[in-house]
Amino acid sequence: MISLLYQVSKYLMIILMAFYTLQCYTVFRKKDEESRQYLFLRQNMLMFFLHFAAYALIYIQRGDFEVILFYGAQVLYLLLTLILFRVIYPLSSRLLVNNMCMLLSIGFIMIARLDYDECKKQFIIAVAATVLALLIPVIIRKLRFITKMYYAYTLLGIGLLALVAIAAQTTYGSKLSLSIGGFTFQPSEFVKIVYVFAIAGLLQHAKDFRRVVIATVLAAAHVLILVVSKDLGSAVIFFITYLVMVFIATKNPFYTLAGILAGGAGGVGAYFLFSHVRTRVQAWMDPFADYQVKGYQVAQALFSIAAGGWFGTGLYQGSPTAIPVVEQDMIFAAIAEELGGIFGICLILVCMSCFIMFVNIGMQLTNRYYRLVAVGLGTTYAAQVFLTIGGTIKLIPLTGVTLPLVSYGGSSVLSTLIMFAIVQGLYMLRNDEEVGREEKEAQRMAEEQRKQMAGQAGRSPRQPSYYGPNGYPGQNAGTYRSNNYQNPGMYRTNGYQEPDTDFYAAPYSTEEYVQSENDMGSGKKKRRFLRGKNSDSRKN
Amino acid sequence: MGIKTPRGKRKKESDQDQKIPVKVREVHFEQETEPVNKKGRNTELGIVTYVFVFLFLLMIGYLVYLNVWKADSLNSNAYNTKQDANEDKYIRGSIYSSDGQTLAYTSVADDGTETRIYPYGNVFAHVIGYSSNGKSGLESTSNSDLMTSHTSVLTQLREESEDEKQLADSVYTTLNVTLQQTAYSALGSYNGAVIALEPSTGKILAMVSKPDFDPNQIDEIWESVVNDSSSSVLLNRATQGLYPPGSTFKILTTLAYMRENPSTYSDFTFTCEGTFEESGASIHCYNSKVHGTVDLKTAFAKSCNTTFASIGLSLGNSSLADVCEEFLFNTSLPTTLQHSTSQFTLSESASYGEIMQTAIGQGETLVTPLHMALITATVANDGVMMRPYLVDYIEANDGTLVSETKSSRYKRLMTEEEASVLQEYMEETVISGTATSLGWYDFTVAGKTGSAEYGSDSNGGTHSWFVGYSYDDGGEADLVVVVIAEDGGAGSDTAVPIASQVFQAYYNYVAE
Repeated sequence: MISLLYQVSKYLMIILMAFYTLQCYTVFRKKDEESRQYLFLRQNMLMFFLHFAAYALIYIQRGDFEVILFYGAQVLYLLLTLILFRVIYPLSSRLLVNNMCMLLSIGFIMIARLDYDECKKQFIIAVAATVLALLIPVIIRKLRFITKMYYAYTLLGIGLLALVAIAAQTTYGSKLSLSIGGFTFQPSEFVKIVYVFAIAGLLQHAKDFRRVVIATVLAAAHVLILVVSKDLGSAVIFFITYLVMVFIATKNPFYTLAGILAGGAGGVGAYFLFSHVRTRVQAWMDPFADYQVKGYQVAQALFSIAAGGWFGTGLYQGSPTAIPVVEQDMIFAAIAEELGGIFGICLILVCMSCFIMFVNIGMQLTNRYYRLVAVGLGTTYAAQVFLTIGGTIKLIPLTGVTLPLVSYGGSSVLSTLIMFAIVQGLYMLRNDEEVGREEKEAQRMAEEQRKQMAGQAGRSPRQPSYYGPNGYPGQNAGTYRSNNYQNPGMYRTNGYQEPDTDFYAAPYSTEEYVQSENDMGSGKKKRRFLRGKNSDSRKN
Repeated sequence: MGIKTPRGKRKKESDQDQKIPVKVREVHFEQETEPVNKKGRNTELGIVTYVFVFLFLLMIGYLVYLNVWKADSLNSNAYNTKQDANEDKYIRGSIYSSDGQTLAYTSVADDGTETRIYPYGNVFAHVIGYSSNGKSGLESTSNSDLMTSHTSVLTQLREESEDEKQLADSVYTTLNVTLQQTAYSALGSYNGAVIALEPSTGKILAMVSKPDFDPNQIDEIWESVVNDSSSSVLLNRATQGLYPPGSTFKILTTLAYMRENPSTYSDFTFTCEGTFEESGASIHCYNSKVHGTVDLKTAFAKSCNTTFASIGLSLGNSSLADVCEEFLFNTSLPTTLQHSTSQFTLSESASYGEIMQTAIGQGETLVTPLHMALITATVANDGVMMRPYLVDYIEANDGTLVSETKSSRYKRLMTEEEASVLQEYMEETVISGTATSLGWYDFTVAGKTGSAEYGSDSNGGTHSWFVGYSYDDGGEADLVVVVIAEDGGAGSDTAVPIASQVFQAYYNYVAE
């Protein structure tokens, strides 16, 4: 009878997951706010059902009352996360919060099945990380300068990585983690975030070639240190992130092309220089050539995926523990084996939905710097998902990184939650700016307009909070932008009169500013140049 | 409020810019904020998004590919131990022959001990294999089918409630007991292999390998057979034995010659004097027999070595190598059966001696009997090679059909014209050549014999080969038979009589 229960719940979980995934995408088609809110609620219901179905099986398997307590704690945590994000940050993207919780709960299910005690650790770290994550949007809002200290981040990032390269413990042949006071953590997970801030800071004035060079040197330093530490996965993530950010910032495909060529050459060089790179590539090309040693992990992952088929074996019905490091690097294979290939495909689509949200939020940000940060963080996320899942299914060589929020690993969960929170913070920051501007403008504009823009048309009414909480700001992007265009003067005065806002807070923005002023002799020319480059609409 | 082209207003601003110096800071501002084009999208961001979305979809595509095309071979991979976890859930399924006989089943004693029983003992030893001390044969390649159950939910529910182990799915093979037994006894005390398959479908009807063993005794004899490295009893010679092809290789030499001389090969003549010498290297016909002046067909039928040695020398650099590559030498065969890779090497700097040896199937060339069977089947099937298979269908223990193998075409490897010429030559072998003893039946046989020499003179011998097919009234080939008898001497002496018994058994069986 029990075996049948496993079979039935297996299909149930696939159906729940499939519906959840579907709604991640159908939300784009929902036009009105109310039906969108219903959809998000439905997603939460599906998640809790899925979580319940899995934990019922875990309870049956373990027969320990403690599982029920643990399950209760998780439900409470997930509920609180959903509610608190909504209450404290009504302007946050709900889809992103939903996806975050969904991925965490899939992780809780799979890690508990693989190693129950590790799941408890993971849960505690997730709770602590979420508390921190809830504070981050506030920090970004109130202490905006923190996001601007990118020179400090540069030093911090390189310093931490160098420390790892010198002093770290070796795990599976790679130097990954530092141990301080009994806590082991993996600095590259956190450096990833400050790295994005540092590169974004350097590239925000991308017209300056010197800055591009500095950013390149900086990125190369990060990547090289990681290669020396044999942390190939992180090295690739850092490299891809750099490429994407340069492309976005400079809009120059040649930089990207050159970067890809250099990366390709570096990859080939690494293959011949480092035996561990060769090992990975050989195991990828034919895991069965040296099955016992090099190919074992990949081969076992493939056996798992094949054993799972479309519908999986059901929780506890497979043998994913045969895969080395399954709960970290190879958790996707365990999911494919026991929850099935369809579930795995849905999981990939949920990760893709997270990435699309990151970019979507990036698109909404008018501030270059924050936009670069959002896209950079989205890229690290997407690259990491691609490396870990692609490596597990033998699409690409295995590099040994975690599946964000799903895999076991405190540093990974903590840094990913921070990353999600930062993006939420940026998103809200932008909304804030809209609201704040609105209020200040109301007072100033009357005066300003009299003085400087007597002939300018009156302001159009704004509706900033309308598109805030719906989760998909893209829906109202048009409205928002047309506002900008209709009131360009407003923006400017605002920027000018508040030197502590984004535009002037950067350490070197004054320098830039002076430069621009010095250029004033040929100001007209330069202005035309900038416009021609920056704005398509103005060319028309 | 729609998006309006900001042109008019922009123009106005820039006018103002010039008038009011304080507006210089606009320049700076424009660097800071991202201008957005008309569509509300940033082109670069769009490209990045599409690239990553493509990568995500690529992963999904690859996952689908793994599940659809790779899952079976991964599940039956020799290293895969996943199915062992099912041993406490399922009783291993049975294996049946195409005529409904049980070839392997698991008997459960009252105390729950399970014993794997092979009713035909040694006869099916290699093709069915064994399932303890590792797995081999079908027990290995069909392991995942034999260890999973696809009964209906109702059946599962009933058995579940009885709290008993379920009987896993059964494998129904293409093997025919009568044919297998005939081939087994016909090979007698020779070491070697016999394969019988249907050229039009690829169904393997019989597959015998000797020396053999009793799979029922595998646990008892394990130590001795593993430690005895000389006899390699466990090796399935039909699929894994590598032999010099001898004169059976002339099928491919002939094809290479026909392809190089498409309009003149029928006018070919050569005068055989029993020995052929070129630059110090010499080739003899079997027993130094003198064949006189022969055309290509006669040379093929009589298996004239000197003719083929001179043909070998006349062939262009790589034309024989091209044919061999096309016919799957140095690569794996289109089958999930465990098999060895046949070898062919002939470098462009090869000596005359090497070229001549290679052209008559000696030299470095090594081939598996299964491979020769597929080459013969390609000729018999008018140039199309079918994928060989052993598993006809899988059935759950409540009768549900789980999966069925559809016979599938691998590739057309020669034109119908080429195939029909080779068919004619192979028939001539039986009419007037080296296999005339096969010419006295109601059915027609066509084939090629081979006497493959191996080793040095003092420590060598001659393997006896026959490859051929037969057809009845319809003219469409019914059966391919390949025989290799180690140290059997000339093909016509040993291999042909063995093949003859298999052909007769087949037509007797069909007639019944």
